[in-house]
Amino acid sequence: MIYRAIPLRRVKISIIDVGIILFFFAFIYGIISTAKDWKEIPTYTLNISLSPRNLPLYAWFSLLRQFLAYILSLLFSISYGYIASHNKTLEPFMISLLDILQSVPVLSFMPGVILGLIAIFPHGRIGVELGSIVLIFTGQVWNMAFSVYGSMSSLPRDLKEASEIFNLTPFQKFLYVELPYSIIGLVWNSMMSVAGGWFFLMACEMFTLGERDFRLPGLGSYLQLAAIEGNTKAILLGLGTMIALIVLIDQLVWRPLTAWAQKFKVELTTRGPVPTSTILTILQRSTILTKFSEKINEFIEKITGKFSKREQVERKVNPFPILKFILLGVFLTVIGYASTRLIFLISRVPVHMWGDIIVSDLFTLLRVSTAVVLSIAWTLPLGVFIGMNPRISVVMQPIVQILASIPATAVFPIILMWLISLKGGLSIASILLMLLGTQWYILFNVIAGAMSIPADLKEAAEIFQLKGLEKWRRLIIPAVLPYLVTGAITATGGAWNASIVSEYVHFRGKILMVRGLGALISNSADKGDLSLLAASTIMMIITVTLINRFFWRRLYWLAEEHYSL
Amino acid sequence: MAIIEVKNLTIIFDMPNNTRITVIEDINLSLEEGEFVAILGPSGAGKSTIVRAIAGLIKPTHGEVLYRGKLVEGVNPGISMVFQTAALFPWLTVLENVEIGLKAKGVPPKERRERALRMIDLIGLDGFESAYPKELSGGMRQRVGFARALVVEPEVLLMDEPFSGLDVLTAENLRNDLLELWIEKRIPTKTILLITHSIEEAIYLSDRVIVLDKNPGRIKQEIYVNMPHWRDRESEEFVRLVDRIYSIMMGKPITTTKPPRPERYGTPLPHVRVGAIAGFVELIAELERKEDIYKIAEDLNMDLADIQPVIEASELLKFIDTTGGDISVTEIGRVFAEADVLEKKEIFRKQILANVPFIQQIVQVLQNKSNHRMPIEFFIELLETKFSTSEAQAQMEIAIDWGRYAELFAYDEDSKEVYLEEEVPEGEKV
Repeated sequence: MIYRAIPLRRVKISIIDVGIILFFFAFIYGIISTAKDWKEIPTYTLNISLSPRNLPLYAWFSLLRQFLAYILSLLFSISYGYIASHNKTLEPFMISLLDILQSVPVLSFMPGVILGLIAIFPHGRIGVELGSIVLIFTGQVWNMAFSVYGSMSSLPRDLKEASEIFNLTPFQKFLYVELPYSIIGLVWNSMMSVAGGWFFLMACEMFTLGERDFRLPGLGSYLQLAAIEGNTKAILLGLGTMIALIVLIDQLVWRPLTAWAQKFKVELTTRGPVPTSTILTILQRSTILTKFSEKINEFIEKITGKFSKREQVERKVNPFPILKFILLGVFLTVIGYASTRLIFLISRVPVHMWGDIIVSDLFTLLRVSTAVVLSIAWTLPLGVFIGMNPRISVVMQPIVQILASIPATAVFPIILMWLISLKGGLSIASILLMLLGTQWYILFNVIAGAMSIPADLKEAAEIFQLKGLEKWRRLIIPAVLPYLVTGAITATGGAWNASIVSEYVHFRGKILMVRGLGALISNSADKGDLSLLAASTIMMIITVTLINRFFWRRLYWLAEEHYSL
Repeated sequence: MAIIEVKNLTIIFDMPNNTRITVIEDINLSLEEGEFVAILGPSGAGKSTIVRAIAGLIKPTHGEVLYRGKLVEGVNPGISMVFQTAALFPWLTVLENVEIGLKAKGVPPKERRERALRMIDLIGLDGFESAYPKELSGGMRQRVGFARALVVEPEVLLMDEPFSGLDVLTAENLRNDLLELWIEKRIPTKTILLITHSIEEAIYLSDRVIVLDKNPGRIKQEIYVNMPHWRDRESEEFVRLVDRIYSIMMGKPITTTKPPRPERYGTPLPHVRVGAIAGFVELIAELERKEDIYKIAEDLNMDLADIQPVIEASELLKFIDTTGGDISVTEIGRVFAEADVLEKKEIFRKQILANVPFIQQIVQVLQNKSNHRMPIEFFIELLETKFSTSEAQAQMEIAIDWGRYAELFAYDEDSKEVYLEEEVPEGEKV
């Protein structure tokens, strides 16, 4: 039961992409140039204590940040998805933009976001707090927005026609048709996103920009400080707290939510086990909650009633077509200006540094590829085994889910302690971190693929005594491949992002780094070298986008055309 | 004045490969107060397109739809619709589904609930108000579809094959319940338009049957059903009318505008695999005498719409002869039916080469090429000058199926090429 996002079909680069790239340059410039004034901004530093007594409070703070960032993501993705699926002019633009934003490393947003917010709220903790929330937001929002867009633009034809026949107003259509139809995808993507939020928690709660040191009280900063001081006991305590928290959220929030989301399935037949949740049943039986939801319904009714008079929603013809052109002109000028500024900023990167950037890129590419190949190597057999044995999958799924939800960054310091004395230890540790963070995407997708093999095909394979290699070639690989590729796309993107936190680390009071693009990005953010930050960020985005378009997506459609069942 | 009037309605779809497909052409019809009209046609005749144009879901390319003399722009305000799939919102309960149209109209909650409950009662869904569509059987689900459409008290009820997804008994049950509401005027609906591919259903329910031709969809003939309700399907009059409509649908075209001999691969191949043709011809050969097509369909427990392509294909290959709604096996058809596997292939090959220009052309092209191989893309592109992309694909698939069976050529799925058999080196064969 995995929600499977389907990659965009388009492979060729079009004029829209050129527009997107320009816009994107402008966007990066906007964010990075905010950081220019960072020297005048006061710093807010808070002492983090490693005493276990503080852990509950820290955990609470982190949870709250995650929650706020998630609410922000939810609102953003629903609005973005809605607009992109309803406005034919903006649609290609918004979707390509999303596609690129998805591959921007979280930490590249950091200097601009943090310093900008501190400039707005110069006093106290609030600026840093908001910055941290926005950073978590940038790490989790894109795939959610994709999912909402995907659902809303693929509404089944008969449901669409029914809502037109019965004259639902746009708001009613959103409330009763489009939003419900998007729920399942949104829930699955929310789970993935929040897991990603935990992954980057350490980076988002404690960071340095140049000589400035920003820290916020929270689990992430606790763990990071423990790592820096090499305090094993504190690392283990923090890790334990985090795992406990994640398991608790899984049981109290995600389980009930996935069970509840079943209601929004369009298929009228049920296949396979249906997620259940005791908590959900308890909630549904509660009288207070029933009353409460009735009240909410009445309230919504009142609002929608206001919109339900037909003539109020009838669209007016835009009286000023010229206004549109003026706006477009202004928009293009701003984009043009900002892109040239960015190019200017990048042009300050000395020529020999470009060679370094490219070599670093290749190093990171090597690490990412190793991590993905290793992931596939062990998850493919295991995933197929779990997926093809229904009884085992009932037992294994929850275990795998909990394992997957442990953020690799939190385990990272422990791995480092073991590996640091080895030659090339950090490089191995870096690959391990990528592996830990991304293998789950592949495993989940492989399980889903193996579960999707129809029973009659399995029986046929048995009757014809397909065994061993032959069975893999004829039955398993064809069935699993599209799922595997879907998982690998997400995993590769994640691995590139993970390179930023794994190739450059503060550990036991020292800075450890290996050659790589991730290290380059972290290092330039650390030093406040905006030109280098912009250049290396763009390099990473281009690499990820190219690999996706020219490798994974081709493979995906190849698999889909040849083997789709 | 007619409640709904359709004037010179033509709908042309632009396909992605820049071809344009005329789905329906020059349709004129009207729905009068108190009338129950059925539109009957084979699949591909554009039945659903007509009903969607009347509903205002599709904009006419030419012509217009009038509701009470007023041009319909956007969704038709006088209609409500029942869908083939019921099209219920799975996340809303039965009651909420029925209420949705009233909600959109801004009917206050109390009145809305009362009206919805009354309709649920009327349509026989009592006790299921709080159930979700998933919990219901297909028949019950379609009842919700009816209740949802009727509760807004439309003047015109449009029904797009509402019974075709249901099993025989359930469909019959629902038809009778609907007819009862209609005849006894327990619903304020003034006119009903039913889309169907079942002749029997059309005659059983409606006062007037409009028969459509396909490619493009045009009105072939309108037949009044002058029988009082409740009609007896076994009665002589009923059976005679079924036969008559059947021969209109299947029999020789009434219009003579079509050229008698289709130009090169201009007429589409019926979507039928070889196995079905062979089986069907054998069956007809066993019948000894001429048989009514309608009876055969019934004996086979098949829908006419499903069996029709098989008949067309068999007739194209000259295995059977259909005149005036009766089927008989031809000389060559009898030989084919009694032949063994290898002989069958031989006869099939001859018939294809004599009667199917498109496959003939494929063979010629392959013979002329030095390596006797050709990507199917080439032929699909040729087809696309005549058909839509998806239809061209389908046509190619059928041509491959027939050609392979007749051993005229072989097909390589991986390279997507057709080739002449003897060109394959032994080693490559799996």
